[in-house]
Amino acid sequence: MGFLHDIGKYFLMIASMFTRPEKLSMYAKETMRQVYQIGIGSVLIIAIVSTFVGAVTAVQFSYQLEEIGLIPMWWMGIIVRDSLILEMAPTICALLLAGKVGSNIASELGSMRVTDQIDALEIMGVNTTAYLIGPKIIGALIIIPFLIIMAVFLGIIGGLIAGTMGGFYSGAEYVRGLQDGHETYYVVVMLIKCYVFAFIITTISCYQGFYVKGGALEIGNASTRAVVNSSIVIIVANFLIAFLLL
Amino acid sequence: MIEAHNIRKRFGDQEILKGISTEFENGKCNLIIGSSGAGKTVFLKCLVGLFDPEEGDILYDNRAIGSMGVKEKKELRNEMGMLFQGNALFDSMTVEQNVRFPLDMFSDMTMEEKTARVNFCLSRVNLPNANNKYPGEISGGMMKRVGIARAIVMNPKYLFCDEPNSGLDPKTAMVIDDLIKEITVEYNITTVINTHDMNSVMGIGDKVIFLHQGLKHWEGTKEEVLEETENKELYEFIFASDFLKKLREAALQNR
Repeated sequence: MGFLHDIGKYFLMIASMFTRPEKLSMYAKETMRQVYQIGIGSVLIIAIVSTFVGAVTAVQFSYQLEEIGLIPMWWMGIIVRDSLILEMAPTICALLLAGKVGSNIASELGSMRVTDQIDALEIMGVNTTAYLIGPKIIGALIIIPFLIIMAVFLGIIGGLIAGTMGGFYSGAEYVRGLQDGHETYYVVVMLIKCYVFAFIITTISCYQGFYVKGGALEIGNASTRAVVNSSIVIIVANFLIAFLLL
Repeated sequence: MIEAHNIRKRFGDQEILKGISTEFENGKCNLIIGSSGAGKTVFLKCLVGLFDPEEGDILYDNRAIGSMGVKEKKELRNEMGMLFQGNALFDSMTVEQNVRFPLDMFSDMTMEEKTARVNFCLSRVNLPNANNKYPGEISGGMMKRVGIARAIVMNPKYLFCDEPNSGLDPKTAMVIDDLIKEITVEYNITTVINTHDMNSVMGIGDKVIFLHQGLKHWEGTKEEVLEETENKELYEFIFASDFLKKLREAALQNR
């Protein structure tokens, strides 16, 4: 029953955001702040992780393909590119962002709740769900796809560096693979994943933070629940998207 | 004027407010007193619309909050100001940004007009040089003043204060009380204050409502509080300290 109650409350929270903004310029300003906070704040960690994910993908596949010996090594370009586009970049970045952005959102809203800042906004006549949650969702929907596209490029570069440094293939072979058999549909699937994951991370984290009751301990718990629940839902959504669209 | 008619509120099996009716007059400091757990905060949150009572009506100058639509409720809330127990200032904003926030959100003023209004409010609460400080950089008393400045920046008709003196030393508490009283009279605001500070009751209590176990147990003026002896719960609450008991006896002997 508790689970169903949470699901219902979550959707009611989302529905309550759809009202006319008190002042559009304030919402736009808050959205840009969120774009900056989510985007700029996550660039470095996404860059480091995605470069190494691309490098590891290249090294491990090369090692196994070399053993088999039947597949030409220029295929590594295709393998690294498609695995990054379809799976590695969106899913790993989303899980990373669930940890970084999700916990940040939950603790920010949680501390606003326990220190009555949300009630203060409510008393002023501000639609608190629209003002506090809406810009976070829109901000994430704007910036997270860019972060994931950046992750794909850096992952591909990681694959190039690792593969050539390890002597698995030459740069020309790798680039030949990258240019071969490109499916635009895979990019569409990747973008769908980006938007779905961005929505999941922000809404679940906002829900956990917005309805915190208690004090500092509960803020910590809400932050943990935000990360755990977002991660689980991301993994399930990832499977469903792959199952339905591929 | 704010009228409350038969307000009932429960959480689960526990009935917190058991049918409270009273009214709060314009230009007066109306104090709600009572021991912890008496239902003061729940009653105040029902008054401002943060909680919906299960039964009863709350009327703001004959406008029932229960039957208002979203738009009317928003308009009414623009007429309210509230000072929270923990101040509820936005940590990431400076003092000036905190006070200016309602103007940014709801007014069409130019930046110069907003800055002038913010500076006026800050000087009204005797806080002229703190515009660029963050809430974490100022004292508890200063935070209360910022809270009051933010509450009055939109020229409210109704001001609500939840434990305005909590965490303050007696001298600063008196300054805050006096400030609330001055603003109430100056702008003819209907002010409702939740407190268990007897200094506030004696200093600014134009009307005093005593809540006990979710019921309105007594109401009157600050002068009448001192003479009340028949209401056992009120007597025990007011004269909980020996100091006040002796003060009362001395006052009665001097008559």
